[in-house]
Amino acid sequence: MRRESTPASILRRAPTAKHRLEQAVGWLLRGATYLVLLCGALIFGDIVWKGAKTVFQPTAPFINVAFFTEAPESLYVFEHAGKKYELGDRAYRAFTEELALAAKARGEAPPAIKAESYVYSAGGIFPNIVGTALLVLGAMIIALVLGVSAAVYLNEYARPGKFITAIRLAIMNLAGVPSIVFGLFGFGLFVVFFGWNVSLLAGWFTLAFMVLPVVITASEEALKAVPKSFREGSLALGATKWQTISRNVLPYALPGILTSSILGIARAAGETAPIMFTAAYVVRDQLPWQGLAKWTDFFFQGVMALPYHIYVVSSKIPQNEYTERVQYGTAFVFLLLVALIATASILLRNRLRNRYRW
Amino acid sequence: MVTAATPPTLSMETSPQPLPAATAATPLIEVEHVDFFYGATQALRDITLTIDEHRVTALIGPSGCGKSTLLRCLNRMNDLIEGTRVARGSIRMRGVDINGPDVDVIELRKRVGMVFQKSNPFPKSIYENITYGLRLQGLKNKARLDEIVEKSLRGAALWDEVKDRLHTNGLSLSGGQQQRLCIARAIAVEPDVILMDEPCSALDPLSTSKVEELIHELKTRYTIVIVTHNMQQAARCSDKTAFFYLGRLVEYGETRTIFMNPANPQTEAYVSGRFG
Repeated sequence: MRRESTPASILRRAPTAKHRLEQAVGWLLRGATYLVLLCGALIFGDIVWKGAKTVFQPTAPFINVAFFTEAPESLYVFEHAGKKYELGDRAYRAFTEELALAAKARGEAPPAIKAESYVYSAGGIFPNIVGTALLVLGAMIIALVLGVSAAVYLNEYARPGKFITAIRLAIMNLAGVPSIVFGLFGFGLFVVFFGWNVSLLAGWFTLAFMVLPVVITASEEALKAVPKSFREGSLALGATKWQTISRNVLPYALPGILTSSILGIARAAGETAPIMFTAAYVVRDQLPWQGLAKWTDFFFQGVMALPYHIYVVSSKIPQNEYTERVQYGTAFVFLLLVALIATASILLRNRLRNRYRW
Repeated sequence: MVTAATPPTLSMETSPQPLPAATAATPLIEVEHVDFFYGATQALRDITLTIDEHRVTALIGPSGCGKSTLLRCLNRMNDLIEGTRVARGSIRMRGVDINGPDVDVIELRKRVGMVFQKSNPFPKSIYENITYGLRLQGLKNKARLDEIVEKSLRGAALWDEVKDRLHTNGLSLSGGQQQRLCIARAIAVEPDVILMDEPCSALDPLSTSKVEELIHELKTRYTIVIVTHNMQQAARCSDKTAFFYLGRLVEYGETRTIFMNPANPQTEAYVSGRFG
């Protein structure tokens, strides 16, 4: 190429006002994007950095197993015989009892220990993980059954008209309702009116109603993406409407339905407001499967949950250097759990997609 | 269910038996004075024609003339479109009004199969595509299903090409093979009539000629109604031809007559390629 042959005076970039504005706009847009990225990185970095100290440990097995397998405990901080101790509730009791026994054997009075206690700062968050998992699972099943049914009705059965338009409007409005209002709704309807008390069932339905708009919208989109020719082909072979939908429409729509719905539900599971009045306990000694008089009691018990636990340990207890451990540890684990659910849903979608491709 | 007042019924307790080949042309479907509307738009005006058993009837005419609409009336696929109605007239199959209040549209569609313009194999295996209609009817016997799959694929001249990969996805086939798969799927349920809506419009000439050959073979066992834009195709593979224009049936008769010696000047202009 012989560039010098082109008349340089026409195409040369001149530092005009237009050119400078162009550059400024470019940098403005770029800056806005980087700012968003920076915020995200800061939030994640902070939680991962501080949470990792709780979740991981420098010695084998490198993961703080107790944090995942034990219930929250009070932390006791005290000095004894010139040494500083930080012990959980049970360990502290065992320690003082041992001291008392030893003193008794020597015929002395038990030593006075001046311990400072910090609630929830020791132990782990096992019941919270279990509670959140149960809430997500139940809400997912209820939301999928109700949401997919409604979407199939709206997309396949309903004749378009004013009534259907009104229903769609209602669904869209539902998506805009703040989560605390869902919490109060669930409290009023399920907890008080139905008399379910603070229970898994009340939490399931409250969360399910909250994600219904997402599930219905996602399901409708997925159903619309299935070509009309599949429906016509099936009907022309003498299939009934339901046979057509169940055999030749829903299976192909399922990957889309599941992914969007599970992501929506995982997001809703992170909300504190809908469960704080309906399903979450600050603290509960028994795990959900312990101490059930009859199997139906399972549905009518409250549980501890991760988002509510984060709320409690960050705002309902005195703050100090020992609470940070559990705050960030819980937040970190919670992020991991949500990421895990999202990854699982995407893997599931890819699997199903490979089976049904057109 | 059909009442006793109309003896020939569309309902069936057992699977339909292939009908004995008719020697003389006997009317199977009688369309009488049919007016058809999409909402306020009239698509068919006073259509009257008879479709003979074991014959290939071609419906030709320019786009929007109503030929596909009439085809879709024959198995009531138009029911799926909001606001459509047969405002006047009747369509009778073996004497039974298919739009009658006590006709089960599911039974009708089992007897009147359809092949669409754009081949639409389901995203399932070839085997599952063929057995789809049979499974709907509750047939589960593996040996019987295998037998019908082979018979249908042979019937659609596809068996030799796919017999080694019956369990691969039907969508992995070529366009022409896909359309023959759709034909095989339609004949697997042993219908009386096969409606074809421009079955070759998306196919290359070689695949087209295969499908046309197939139509020739199929008419010994089935009654075929084919909509086509391709006049050579109508001339090649049909026994009778109906020419539609602006929702009216302009001329209907033996294919030879329509093409060689049409009575109506519009038909003559169309088949000789002067308009359309």
